[in-house]
Order: sequence, then structure tokens, then C-alpha cells
Amino acid sequence: MANSKSAYSVAGKKQKNDTHIIVVWVDNEAGVLARVVGLFSGRGYNIESLAVAEVDQKENISRITIVTTGTPQVVDQIKLQLKKLVPVHKVADFKREDKNVIFKEMALFKFVATSEKLIKAFKACKNFNPVVLDETKKSKVIQITALRREIDKMSKNLTKFGLVSVSRTGAVAMTRGSDVFK
Amino acid sequence: MPKLYSGAEIVFKCLEDQGVSHIFGYPGGAVLPIYDELKNFNSIKHILVRHEQGAGHAAEGYARSTGKPGVLLVTSGPGATNAVTALTDAYMDSIPLVCITGQVPTHLIGTDAFQECDTTGITRPCTKHNWLVKDINDLSEIMHKAFEVATTGRPGPVLVDIPKDIQFQKTKYKNYRKVKKLNGKSHDNFSQKNIDELIKLINKAKKPIFYTGGGVINSGPKASELLRELVYATGFPITSTLQGLGCFPADDNQFLGMLGMHGTYEANNAMYSCDLMINIGARFDDRITGKIDEFSPKSKKVHIDIDPSSINKNVKVDLPIVGDIKSVLTSTLKTLKKSKKNFSKSNKHQISNWWEKIQKWRSKRSLDYIGSEETIKPQYAIERLYELTKDRDAYITTEVGQHQMWAAQHYKFNKPNRWMTSGGLGTMGYGLPAAVGVQIAHPKKLVVDIAGEASVLMTMQEMSTAVQYNLPIKIFILNNEYMGMVRQWQELLHDKNYSESYTAALPDFVKMAEAYGCVGIRAKTPEELDDKIIEMLNTDRPVIFDCLVDKQENCFPMIPSGKPHNQMLLGPKDQKEKKITGKGRTLV
Repeated sequence: MANSKSAYSVAGKKQKNDTHIIVVWVDNEAGVLARVVGLFSGRGYNIESLAVAEVDQKENISRITIVTTGTPQVVDQIKLQLKKLVPVHKVADFKREDKNVIFKEMALFKFVATSEKLIKAFKACKNFNPVVLDETKKSKVIQITALRREIDKMSKNLTKFGLVSVSRTGAVAMTRGSDVFK
Repeated sequence: MPKLYSGAEIVFKCLEDQGVSHIFGYPGGAVLPIYDELKNFNSIKHILVRHEQGAGHAAEGYARSTGKPGVLLVTSGPGATNAVTALTDAYMDSIPLVCITGQVPTHLIGTDAFQECDTTGITRPCTKHNWLVKDINDLSEIMHKAFEVATTGRPGPVLVDIPKDIQFQKTKYKNYRKVKKLNGKSHDNFSQKNIDELIKLINKAKKPIFYTGGGVINSGPKASELLRELVYATGFPITSTLQGLGCFPADDNQFLGMLGMHGTYEANNAMYSCDLMINIGARFDDRITGKIDEFSPKSKKVHIDIDPSSINKNVKVDLPIVGDIKSVLTSTLKTLKKSKKNFSKSNKHQISNWWEKIQKWRSKRSLDYIGSEETIKPQYAIERLYELTKDRDAYITTEVGQHQMWAAQHYKFNKPNRWMTSGGLGTMGYGLPAAVGVQIAHPKKLVVDIAGEASVLMTMQEMSTAVQYNLPIKIFILNNEYMGMVRQWQELLHDKNYSESYTAALPDFVKMAEAYGCVGIRAKTPEELDDKIIEMLNTDRPVIFDCLVDKQENCFPMIPSGKPHNQMLLGPKDQKEKKITGKGRTLV
């Protein structure tokens, strides 16, 4: 390698990237989301999806679910940094492949098409718990819950049935069985 | 009915309860109610700086030299943004600071009001935590929590942003109760099993080394004592990072000097070749490790740190021990004494080959330089300063650059909390205000800022502060008219293209000293240097010492970028012996 003309060392070997779902329990206070997200953006890492809502009104606790990719070292570092934040109570980390964890996303599809196509559209959704939330002669809004890649696929395949708009949540996660993450 | 206090009063009541005796600050519109209360709280002395960055660095110097948190009070907008450099500096070097900022009144937040900025937003990445106080009833709790967060675990800066209307509002003052744990975040996470494993490694090691850092100093003076005990008990060599200097006596035979980019030949080679590395309170910084892939390839690594996120951040370690260094060292010593009474004697033979090797590296005398009778060599100036001040328990601060490295190499520290330097962030202009803070904390002690002429100009205005409060700080400028470290890199890596690193139109520092109302001294030749330094030391007023040094001198030894520890570049003396030409040097 040529001489590095820099006061810094050159980058070493790169590790493999994995997709992780990180769940963070935080005090529901102003700025807490910015603190959590800042740890990702400050290191130049992208957040694929994000879901936040208060889960315990009495204790004022929100649950943040973040889907991100990174090398094992980076993900470990982010987890440890998250644990250091004052409003953070606990942090869980799951790999996408983890069989013991359920991941779900919700999506709203709006179709504008002939009634024939609208019926086909609903049928196409039938494996993903479809619910019709709104209906007119020319349109339908259908809610489905599914995995990320399933929704990705659906939103591609459904264009032929007049899909005009997609709105989707980030993933939420929960462990299977009777165990509760502490 | 209980007495009601205004927000401004509560700020001071909290500071009183926290035992704060000095705050560094600068008034402005959004903190005027707090400044108005100052007169009613005699136990707290306010030091008026000349720039908010200076307030921050002064608070850092205060904190580093005392182990107590430093407090600064600044106004909204520019007051807060000017403090950001110091907050980031404190964040990088784990210095406990509590920064109180004024903010525009609550109803104006978000309207681009005069001197408004999103202070908590701007300082979020450079503080451990920050708060915007939106309810007067939260103020006292937040203030006390701020001190707790700043001083517990790995210390660091925190910020409390108080809108002006909150400063006027009144409420009851909640008395302060000290709580032990913070949000369930405990800091000692090690078990006896960890310690037993460590002892096992220590027993087996044939080529061990202690690598210690600022964490030892942050853990308090007791930790330094315990470290000495452990190092003597094991007979192992010890090296220290820039921040750790002073936790082990530099003139002791077991001390190999500083390691890292400008560390000694013996320290870096020992780090490279060791079979057991015990990192105590250091963080495998990139100035220390050099090329990560080739960093100490054959060693078992132990990392003792209070911050779990420091473990495996840069370098994978074999045995992490998360805890306060004081308690880890206490347990280690206890276990060591129990398992083997005369450890150092039984161990001496096992590591004697290792010491022989180290002596061989040591005989390179990597800190040597070519002396001169005509010009003052900067290393010589530091050596003389050390010799003439070593019996005075001096406190040394520095700016950032060549002079900083020379000071670290040639000034020998024997006690913790005597060495204040900006390591992580590398903030030029740190030393002068830091010296102000140190002198405030230790009014009777000798405080010297070893400075470069470029760095010191960045915060020169704080000389006014020193004069105002009769702080007899000594600004010892190694003046080579260059941004020396920049020039050195340009010489070695950029084909001597000295782009913008020469400082033309420098002020006359002696006249400048006089203009500030302090004393200016200039030394031009090695012959007169001692007398001038003595003159400086005998002056009970602030002094700017303009030491004209060799303009071309470079800071050696050094590990060139992207190289491992065993490929050091030695000084010109060694290079001459080996006939390495100037061209060869630029090729490394």
C-alpha cells in the first residue's frame, strides 16, 4: 500500500453486516428519541425502520423498536452506548433470523380501481390478516400485518390491482413463549 | 407556609448543597436573574472569564486538579455555543463538568428569539446528559441529578438549560438527599471470578506490561496508590497514556515512559511484544494503538474500565473487568496477597528475560535529541523547567501540539492530578484557561502552562482573568513561529509543503504581557535560560515567558500513521547513526 498521507491509520478489515432489531425501553420525555437516534446517526448508521409508542402510562415508559444493520462490533457498541443513556431502562437486541422472536409490521394499502380489481386485491392479501378500513365504489383501504419482506413483495405485486398509496409502520417485536425480556 | 425561592435562588442553593465553591462564567441577557442572586450567596465565588470557551477549560482545569466537578455559568445563544468546544473536550477526556446555560423565556423558545439557540440539541452529542428545565418544580431535582450524572461512572460534562422565566418563578426548595444508585446503573460489575482469572494470567505471564490511563486518575488518588502497590508487588513494567501520566512515578525504574504515537521506544516495543497486557483505565485510543490489525498481536489482553462501552470498542480483549479501578485494584491486591505472599520474588526469575529485553530497548534512549549551544532546543527548555520546578509540586497544563508531546516526554510527573492536557479532542487554546482554573483551586501552588505560540493565541484573552484575580500562572511559550506539529507532518508526509503553518505577524509576547498588566520575560539562548526561568518562578504575578526555540525541531520518536508499534521512527541522532537520509525519512 502507498504511504498514507494522513495523521490517522488506514481502515482495517471490514466485518460482515447483520440486520438487528434493537428494542429500547425509555422514559417517555422530550428529546429521548433524538438521544437514541443520535447514537445511530452520529456513527453514520442508517435506521431501516423505527416504531415508538408509550407502553406503560403509569410508569411513563415508551418502547422503541429499531431495525438497523451493522457489524457485530458496531451493534455491540450501540447497545452499550444506549444502556448508558440516562432515560434508558433496558435494551434488547435480536437478530432478524432469531426463531424465538416474532416480528411484525403493519401496512395500509389504498387501491383505486374497478370493483373487479378491488376484489382481486383483497384476495391477494388474504394471507396477511387483511381488514378493509374504508371502501367506496372506486377505492379500498386495506390493512395488513406481515413481515417486512412480505410487505415489500406485496406492495410490488399489487400495483396491477390499482395500488396507489402505501403507508407502513416500522417493525415491532416480541419474544415467543412465556419468557419476558428483563 | 414554607419559604418560596426563585429559580435563580434554587440554582445557588443547589450549588451550595453540592459544595461548589467556585463557578466560572460570563453574564448575558438570559442568565441575568441568576447573576442578580450571586451577591446573596457568599460561599460561592464567581470567576469572570473573557470568553465562554475559557470558562469551560478553566472549569476543566479546576476539575482535573481537584477531582471535583467544575461548574460554568453562561448565557443563551452564543454563550452556549462558545462553551461547546470545552464541553466536547471534557466529554472526550472524561472530565466532570456542570454547565448551566440561560435560555430565552419558555414562550419564546422556537421562535428564533434574540440569542436563542437549541442548546440541548447542540450539546446532546457532547454531554453525558442534558436537561431543558420547563417547570420550576423540576429545577432542584434536575440540578442535583446533573451533579450525580457528571460525577458517577465514567465522569463527563452535563448541561442544564434554564429559560429566563423559570429563573424568576418561585417554588419550594426540595432538600437534597444523596442517592447511591443512578437509574439502576451500577458501575462495579466484576466478580471474584474475574479477579481470579486476572491473577492466573499474572502468574503465567512471562512478558507482562501494565498499560494505564486517565481512568486511574479519575478513580481518585487512592487508585494511584493501589496501582503503585500492585506494580511493585508484581515487578511488572508499566507504561502510561498521555492522560494517565502521574498515576505512577515517572522516575521509577519500572516506568517505561509514555506509549503511543510519540511514546518511548521501550514502551511501544514492550506493548508490541508482550504476552500479557493489563489495561487499567485506558481506552485503546488510535494515537495509542497505531495500526489496529497489528496491535500487540501475541498478547492476552485484560481491560479494566468503569465504562462497559469502552470494552471491545477498538480492540477485542480476552478478559474484560468492568468496575471502578479503585475497587478492582483493591480486590486484585487482596487476592494476590492471599494466593502468593512473595509474589514478586517468585516471579522475578520468570520475567527476568523480559526485563533484559526492555533494558535493551531502553538503551536506545529514544527521547534523546541533539543539543545546541546557540539555540534553545525545546526539549532542553522542558528539561530545565522540570529540573528547576521539580521540588515545588507544580501543576502543569499544556496546549496542543509539539510542545505538549515534549512536555509529556520530558516533564516527569510523580503525582496524579498534576497534569492537565487536552488529549482526546486535542483542543489548542486549552492550557491557558485550564491554568486559570487550576490556580483558582490551588492558590498557593505553582501552575505552569507549557504552551506553543500558536495555541496560546487562541485563548490569550484569559490573561485578563489571571490579572483580575491575581492568579500567578506562568505561561511558558515554546515559540518556534510555526504550528509545529502541523509543520512536522507536512515535512514528513507532504513533501515539505508548509502550507499555512507559519505564523507570520506574531505579537511581541513581552509587550503583550505588559499590555495585559502582567510580566513578560524572553529567553533567547540556552545560556540565559536557567536565569530567566528562575526569574519567572520568583515572580509572584502572572508571567508570559517567551522562550525562542529551534524552529526546525521535530518531535521524536514517533509511530508514523498506519504503522504498528514496532516500526517507530527515531530521532535525528539515531537516524544519523544509521545513515538514514532526509529522503528516507519522508518515505516512512
